[in-house]
Amino acid sequence: MDTLVGITGKDFVITAFDSKAVASITLMKTGEDKSRELNSHALMLFSGEPGDGVHFSEYIERNIKLYGIRHGIELSPKAVASFARRELADSLRSRKPYAVNLLIAGYDVKTDKPSLYWIDHLASSVDVPFAAHGYGGYYCLSVLDRYHRQDITEEEGIKLMQKCIQEIRSRMIMSMPDFIAKIVNKDGIRLVQL
Amino acid sequence: MDTLVSKYAHTASSASFDTADNLGDNLAGWDAASQFALPTFDIPMVANPMDFLRAHTDASAENHIRIQHGTTTLAFKFQGGIVVAVDSRASGGSYIASGTVKKVIEINPYLLGTMAGGAADCQYWERELGRRCRLYELRNKERISVAAASKVLSNMVYDYKGMGLSMGTMITGWDKTGPHLFYVDANGTRMKGERFSVGSGSTYAYGVLDTGYDYNLSIPDALELGRRAIYHATHRDAYSGGSINLYHVKESGWEYKGNHDVGELHWEYQAIPKGPIV
Repeated sequence: MDTLVGITGKDFVITAFDSKAVASITLMKTGEDKSRELNSHALMLFSGEPGDGVHFSEYIERNIKLYGIRHGIELSPKAVASFARRELADSLRSRKPYAVNLLIAGYDVKTDKPSLYWIDHLASSVDVPFAAHGYGGYYCLSVLDRYHRQDITEEEGIKLMQKCIQEIRSRMIMSMPDFIAKIVNKDGIRLVQL
Repeated sequence: MDTLVSKYAHTASSASFDTADNLGDNLAGWDAASQFALPTFDIPMVANPMDFLRAHTDASAENHIRIQHGTTTLAFKFQGGIVVAVDSRASGGSYIASGTVKKVIEINPYLLGTMAGGAADCQYWERELGRRCRLYELRNKERISVAAASKVLSNMVYDYKGMGLSMGTMITGWDKTGPHLFYVDANGTRMKGERFSVGSGSTYAYGVLDTGYDYNLSIPDALELGRRAIYHATHRDAYSGGSINLYHVKESGWEYKGNHDVGELHWEYQAIPKGPIV
């Protein structure tokens, strides 16, 4: 069961996911990227049914990129989240719905505001200051409730994410060797070393 | 002339991609949608294909069909390319159906696919992959990359997700960017990696493979590691056995490194002292 975490700050969003790829009881790989860059300032993290995550996120990614090319302007994070949530909601009433949980982290270059959307496999979408999917959430949400402020800086954000991951690593029975973290801010999306 | 055309215009299998390919009406332009359409074949006319399949494969069903399952396959990248090793046992339930199955599918001289899970699904879809790779080659005057080939396969099986396909495969090969190894399964999972093992005996194979692996292994040592990992898996896993087929993927394409009977290997390995633990 994969873990996704996202935290917004003053002018950025930091996200992290465990990079394990599992088949039945075997760890097949570490270092698997469970995120896709939807456009220059929107990042989607996914977890859930194997196969669905990659297919759904790449489908959304391509449509968002196409929108950018067609109109010469990128969709805002809110629009990206609305689009993804609508696609998931439509799929929910199809013969075979996508079973994916999402976090969409974005930075709106027009309003200079970071945002984070928590979307589950039933297509609920909420705009939140911080969020988690998977078992990891049971451990780190309390940490976030305790320490999170809306005006934290990037350095504080990285430290807070480290606290969350430390807690998950030390308390969860499943081994969580590798987390990959990415930050979205006004300059775009970048990998960060935790 | 018309009669001649009509005679060949329809084949016994009225696959949709066939008709769309007619020379006359497709001169205007190349239609990607029809070119990449999946061949259509009959799907049981039921609401849920998975339930239908289960009704015919469950042990409780009358005259139930046993699908070939147990397997051990492995592939790993190393300094000298890629080693691919597989067993050759086909079993349906507790019955050994065959001890001489070819579980490495030679897609073309540069691409190999391995077979775990349903034998028919693996063979059918990897052969279809071979056809598409050949068409790609003819259209683009260039061989398909391993990444693209594996993505073609994963996209094809993803379209049939939830309909009961059973397939766990590794796609390996050498393209202009070097050697590559991908794991693709019927869930639609596709991932790049250095070292994979798939099948009921995979946990045993991983044990030997992980402990003996080093990227800088020589070619003979790497081949021996692959062979030995499969041997130990066949020893412990009742659903794996028969003989080992070994392949080495290198820049000039893949090379077959022989068939090794695990019954004979067992006594060969018995005779060799195990050596110090380092």
